Amino acid sequence: MATASVTSSTAGRLLGTVRLPLSIFAFLALALGVLGIDQFVNAMTLGAIYALVALGYTMVYGIIELINFAHGDVFMVGSFVAMFISSSLLGNEGSITNVPLLGVSVLVLFALTIGVMALLGALIERLAYRPLRRAPKLAPLITAIGVSFILQNLIQFFFGPTIVTVPQLVPIEWSIQISGSRVPLLNLFVIASSVILMVALQLFISRTRTGRAMRTTSMDRDASSLMGVNINRTIMITFLIGSGLAGAAGVVHGLYYGNTNYSLGFQSGLKAFTAAVLGGIGNTAGAALGGFLIAFVEVGASAFGYGRWGGAVVFSLLVIFLVFRPTGLLGSHTGDRA
Amino acid sequence: MSRISTALSAPFAPVRAYFRKHRSFGIFVGVALLSIALPLLTRVPPFDGIQSTNAWVNAFTTAAIYAMLAMGLNVVIGFAGLLDLGYAAFFALGGYTYAFVASPFTGVHLPFWPMLLAGGVVGAIFGVLLGAPTLRLRGDYLAIVTLGFGEIVPITLMNADKFTDGVNGIGGIDKPSIPGILQFTLTNPWPMYGLVIALFALIMIMIYRLQDSRIGRTWDAIREDELAAESSGVNIVIAKLQAFAVGASIAGIVGVVNAAKITIVTPDQFRFAVSISVLAAVVLGGMGNTIGVATGAFVIYLFQSILLKQLNTLVENFNIPVLNQIDFLEFQYVLYGIVLVLMMLKRPQGIFPARRRMREFAPLKIGKRGAK
Repeated sequence: MATASVTSSTAGRLLGTVRLPLSIFAFLALALGVLGIDQFVNAMTLGAIYALVALGYTMVYGIIELINFAHGDVFMVGSFVAMFISSSLLGNEGSITNVPLLGVSVLVLFALTIGVMALLGALIERLAYRPLRRAPKLAPLITAIGVSFILQNLIQFFFGPTIVTVPQLVPIEWSIQISGSRVPLLNLFVIASSVILMVALQLFISRTRTGRAMRTTSMDRDASSLMGVNINRTIMITFLIGSGLAGAAGVVHGLYYGNTNYSLGFQSGLKAFTAAVLGGIGNTAGAALGGFLIAFVEVGASAFGYGRWGGAVVFSLLVIFLVFRPTGLLGSHTGDRA
Repeated sequence: MSRISTALSAPFAPVRAYFRKHRSFGIFVGVALLSIALPLLTRVPPFDGIQSTNAWVNAFTTAAIYAMLAMGLNVVIGFAGLLDLGYAAFFALGGYTYAFVASPFTGVHLPFWPMLLAGGVVGAIFGVLLGAPTLRLRGDYLAIVTLGFGEIVPITLMNADKFTDGVNGIGGIDKPSIPGILQFTLTNPWPMYGLVIALFALIMIMIYRLQDSRIGRTWDAIREDELAAESSGVNIVIAKLQAFAVGASIAGIVGVVNAAKITIVTPDQFRFAVSISVLAAVVLGGMGNTIGVATGAFVIYLFQSILLKQLNTLVENFNIPVLNQIDFLEFQYVLYGIVLVLMMLKRPQGIFPARRRMREFAPLKIGKRGAK
């Protein structure tokens, strides 16, 4: 009897571990079947960008329970910083066909943008959020809105209200053939770089001392402070990483779409935030999952001719999801925490 | 500081005592006096140089509309403690309700006055519709659902173009009129000013009376401790729905007035930015304090829409060479953002915090006074 129950619980545990990958795999297979390979790759690319932005939302929420409304604009600023670095500092005008040069340029672009944006994020945290650590919850929310205003309008002031072109370093003509369809290497590059960053983040959070400090701080700030975790430093690192990832998303966005504009942050920020909530806010793997899910919903809607309703579908999904499963896909928090 | 203000207010003590007893009448008199004083103030420098009195009156009307929205949102957030990030959706529903029944778009022309109530009813219905399924949610989850709802409404209005004419919106909405006596026009801002001020006073009186009623006390209870309130026999479901319904119906009514004032509704008027700026007004004004919130919203609107635009002229008067080079108009929203951040850093409780919150913020001071 006892053995039987042990085996069944082992089987249950096994099922528990494979259930998620299995369902993701099933979902992807279904999406591939319904959408066809072109739209599938589009959705994956869009999802990669959403996921990178969503990570910043979810990390900040996880650690200080703040809906960081400025994060979408941090992503937008990231796309402008990438544009500026790429075209002004590195002097790029169009695509680079020389492979080693392309690799170096892209790496430098990523490194510089992530660095600049990480610093900006930490600066915002230091000036606008840290002084309000003990204030009522709505106060930092309002400063976040203020920061969002400032970022949007500074960018509008410096770069103008129109669409700005960004050099597409990876040539759009490069492509590979997958089962008769032409898949641009650019898309694969975007997906691959996002996945690399996300895996790196997961490893960082689960394997390093700082990552552990971040996890304990989000669980119980006071207790981890008593255990010797430097709370201010940990929160600042969270902002460094989150904003850096938003910067990376900015780079990727520029490379993929070849343009950006000052109001980009608002809509995509809202969607990335939705992604973070769908995945279970505070959960980094969930945020990535949510980003891809939203992209699939949006691309699916436009593939069936309801592109204009994409936003409405995404937000309805959000409402329905929260009503029936408020913890999101992977979240485990309950109660007051979202 | 407090001694000076007590000394100054000493002669008014009987007046204050009277109005404390008859608060609704006091609000009525106060709003009436202010509504006369404000246009008079625009006749004297420096305000007369900024724009014509008619333009000022128009701005005051919009500011009062904004202030009514803030008072309504304050019921949901400040009284019941439910964070609503999609408040503009109800504002939109009110506006479109009136647009449907009083514009060339549908060809129906119902009179304005009953629709004022209808806007409130529509708002309340949607408030309950949104509130009912989300009651289980707490804290930020609720905020996120309301945010989603706030986005769905304008997106739907934009895309259901058969019924709403999409991005263009519905124009040529009828102006209110009192048959045979008064026809509201776009060129004369005064009748609309009077209407909005009267409505403003009514809503404020209603909210104050609600706050003191049994309903208001249940809101206090669920805001401070939901579990304790429920154990003490407060019906949380009803109380929350009431808060949503009251807040949403105020937004619906104001939506009707706003649509009649500017005679056009478009989905873009009701985006997330509107919800956010009303929320900012509530928090800056001092959450939970109706007069504070209304004043805060009124001042913020005027600051944002008029004062910031006047910075150039203002700075030119000072004749500081470096500052003269800067075009402040381009920076107006940056300045708005900086003001939001600084205000929150300096006064996270808002400009005019509610008494109860003031105590929450300054427990030490009270303790000191008690020790003396």
